[in-house]
Amino acid sequence: MPRINSAAELEELRKSILAQKDPDKPCIAICAGASCLGLGNDKVISAFEEELRKQSLEAKVDIRATGCHGFCEKGPSVVIYPEEICYLQVTPADVPEIIAQTVIGKKVIDRLIYTDPNTGAKVAQQSEIPFYKNQTRLLIGNSPKINPKNIDDYLAMGGYAALAKALFEMSPQEVLGEIKLANLRGRGGGGFPAGSKWETARNAPGEEKYVIVNAHEGEPGAFMDRALFTGNPHLVLEGLIIGAYTIGSGQGFIYTRHDTPVLRENIDLALAQAKEYGLLGDNILGSGFDFNVEVHLDVGIFVSGESSALMRSIEGKAPEPRPKYIRTSVSGVWDRPTNLNNVETWANVPQIINQGSQWYSSIGTERSKGTKLISLSGNICNSGVVEVPMGTSLKDIVYDFGGGIPNGKQLKAVHFGGPMGGSIPASLIDNPLDFDVLTKLGASLGAGDMLVLDEDICMVDLARFFLEFLSGESCGKCVPCREGIRQMLKILTNISTGKGKEGDIELLEDLAEVVSEAALCSLGRSVAKPLLSMLKYFRDEFEAHIKEKRCPALYCTRS
Amino acid sequence: MKGDTPGALGLRLWGRGMSPTYARADSSGLGERRRSRQKAMNSDKIDQIINTHQGQASSLIQVLMEIQEVNHWLPREVLEKVSEQLEVPLSRVLRIATIYKTFSLTPKGRHEVHICTGTACKVRGAQRVLDKVQNLTGIKPGETDMDDKFSLETVNCQGCCTLGPMMQIDGKTHSRMSPAEIADALKKYE
Amino acid sequence: MSKIILIIDGKEVEANEGMTILQAAQSVGIVIPTLCHHELLEPYGGCRLCTVEAEVRGRTKLVAACLYPVEKDLIVRTKSQQVDKIRKMILELLLAHAPDSRELQDLAKEYGADKNRFGKEPSFCIHCGLCVRYCAEVTKKNAICFIDKGTTREISFIPEIAAKECWNCKECFSLCPTEALQAAFVLAQALAFPAPTE
Repeated sequence: MPRINSAAELEELRKSILAQKDPDKPCIAICAGASCLGLGNDKVISAFEEELRKQSLEAKVDIRATGCHGFCEKGPSVVIYPEEICYLQVTPADVPEIIAQTVIGKKVIDRLIYTDPNTGAKVAQQSEIPFYKNQTRLLIGNSPKINPKNIDDYLAMGGYAALAKALFEMSPQEVLGEIKLANLRGRGGGGFPAGSKWETARNAPGEEKYVIVNAHEGEPGAFMDRALFTGNPHLVLEGLIIGAYTIGSGQGFIYTRHDTPVLRENIDLALAQAKEYGLLGDNILGSGFDFNVEVHLDVGIFVSGESSALMRSIEGKAPEPRPKYIRTSVSGVWDRPTNLNNVETWANVPQIINQGSQWYSSIGTERSKGTKLISLSGNICNSGVVEVPMGTSLKDIVYDFGGGIPNGKQLKAVHFGGPMGGSIPASLIDNPLDFDVLTKLGASLGAGDMLVLDEDICMVDLARFFLEFLSGESCGKCVPCREGIRQMLKILTNISTGKGKEGDIELLEDLAEVVSEAALCSLGRSVAKPLLSMLKYFRDEFEAHIKEKRCPALYCTRS
Repeated sequence: MKGDTPGALGLRLWGRGMSPTYARADSSGLGERRRSRQKAMNSDKIDQIINTHQGQASSLIQVLMEIQEVNHWLPREVLEKVSEQLEVPLSRVLRIATIYKTFSLTPKGRHEVHICTGTACKVRGAQRVLDKVQNLTGIKPGETDMDDKFSLETVNCQGCCTLGPMMQIDGKTHSRMSPAEIADALKKYE
Repeated sequence: MSKIILIIDGKEVEANEGMTILQAAQSVGIVIPTLCHHELLEPYGGCRLCTVEAEVRGRTKLVAACLYPVEKDLIVRTKSQQVDKIRKMILELLLAHAPDSRELQDLAKEYGADKNRFGKEPSFCIHCGLCVRYCAEVTKKNAICFIDKGTTREISFIPEIAAKECWNCKECFSLCPTEALQAAFVLAQALAFPAPTE
């Protein structure tokens, strides 16, 4: 790999990569996202490799294992380029036929393409499948077209052009101006304007500053960051380097989970390849800007995704949060200015620089700009990753993209933000996807994990479940969080087992209030949110359990 | 009454060089037998990991993770060695080793059964799967059976919610499990 | 060091930059209750009993006085309906663990906390961390540590170290707000079962 020393050399390299690519050469793109792998796509990948070898087609047909395509429900998913024919629920037994019929014969195998469950209509092209067709896939759309283990694929799609533009055509102040004008808000859960955060870190006193990608994604049911980062690691990395340049940081950290081996591998490879090309390390693209990145891993506790706990982990200490009376942008890792954003926030940066803040802020609602990745899970026909403009109605997400509720059941609620989020009842799903609207409804958007609940779900049990989860995932340092969780969990367990008594709801509300006001960190102050939203919208269910010893959803067993 | 406190239970077993987690799983003396069998741990590899990070206190979590990956549990003497070589107080090593779910202070069975109890798996029936596995193996999450065959753990969301309810045995994914399919899956392991 | 003027309970207080609200209040004799605070130790912010109202530029937040740094034009209210409600609840949560603690009982009287509001919990420890932090920061023996997390967090002596270091020290006992019960008891347990010598 040659080292690139200027913006012109980057464009030269891009041209030579594109010149080597034959757009008509068949390519088999096989989804190697977590779900497709779990459904057996590892075997499908080997079957394709084996079959191509057997038929001596290795030179004539490309094969790539890609990141998540999004339509997890119907995985394992395989796309044949250049025609972009998408086969779903593929098994190793289908492989010889796909090669003979489609790759060589250019014919579509009807049995393996998408069939509309309502009309029976068949759709062959991936981008024409209704699930994909109406999305706005600015961030994740390139994943099927990229081999995440090869930086050249990212460069071929125009990668690192935004970095070159920022380094050579813009001052850090100008980059910051664009991010602020774009009104990019943090995708990790807070919705805090990224530009203001960058500015605080940039203006904070100190020579040494840090930038962090939070790829912890600990909320159960959240998997869009993993999908995006695994499938297109350079997109996130490019955003991070631009951020570092803007803030004046020479050292970055990526904090992710240890239990995602493919993600870890892809990140390590991306860092190594970027370094070899001179896109990372000393004197990036000959600009004089130096920046390095280290990877740190969480080994299994939810609280370490909280920014100050995460920073303690990077220091090698126990992941206990610190109060943020002095912001982490001013005093973070080793008490130095530290800017932390999540995966999706960083991934938005290159396109804002490439296409400008005006373009970016034309997408979305007045105060929530751009698109949002949503991971759909629970009682929904199409679980998977969806990318839609902010402002899309929740109803469209559930019914148009999600395909509605399976088994003829009714929608009861959607729950955002996992154990720190809240539920929205079916009656309110005409509301738009928007940071502030959802917060007003009592359910913060969280990282974008949308759990769909059908009529058989008992909200008392779900509230209990989240607290049970938190009882083992909080650090246990401060009294309101540790003891508040303990007591709320006890009361809810009693209610769900028919031992609830008069006054329990009021006691829960008292506890929730104190925990939300007095806990040390943002995790602690959010632990009661799911319960409060459920008490707000489903209070009668709690009352039925207590007064009538009855579970309206017929879920709770009473002894 | 004092003897019943969680502290007491944990500490009795700390004293014997074991962990509280282990204590809750097993107080029958079985631990001694299992520990002696586990003597044949991968000492060279462990030394190698520790040596590459000598004196680097900030590498503590990384070192413990690498040891956990090759050895599947963290023996007491290894924790002491880590404390010495990385120049971190043993108290901090123990703190880190007990706060993260991935670290095990007790030996594992030959096969590790992980059941996802994330929200999506829960609403799709993870509890029924867990009940069934508990029934068939006779162990609860955090425990290892008498024959050292299975260790059972619940795990947080693995990010493949469409597969729920989901179970992994030795890393192999079994997706959309019905309780009936579980017995067949477990039978395949010796 | 520059001086900062702030208002605590209506009183103008002069403090040094870098001081906490708690220190500033103490310097003029205003009492803010604490459980996990100790002047020899780094501020911890675990018990949250020192929660006060802090008003900055017209916005009021609830903050831990032991950690919050003083700033210009800060207005602090060490007592209010909301603050008292929080303190009462915290005490009730802790009394479930240590109903016989003199220190907790005195505070309970002041804040009207009911020691029976929550059911008894089978551990005396209220996780103030005084023993753990004193052992690490002052005596530097590191003979006692926190283990586990969330609701199963505990304190634990490390037998090998405790057997060597604790007999002549025991300084942590007197710090324990549950009247040494937990620390002493846990130490005894640890030493009664020394680690096997291999």
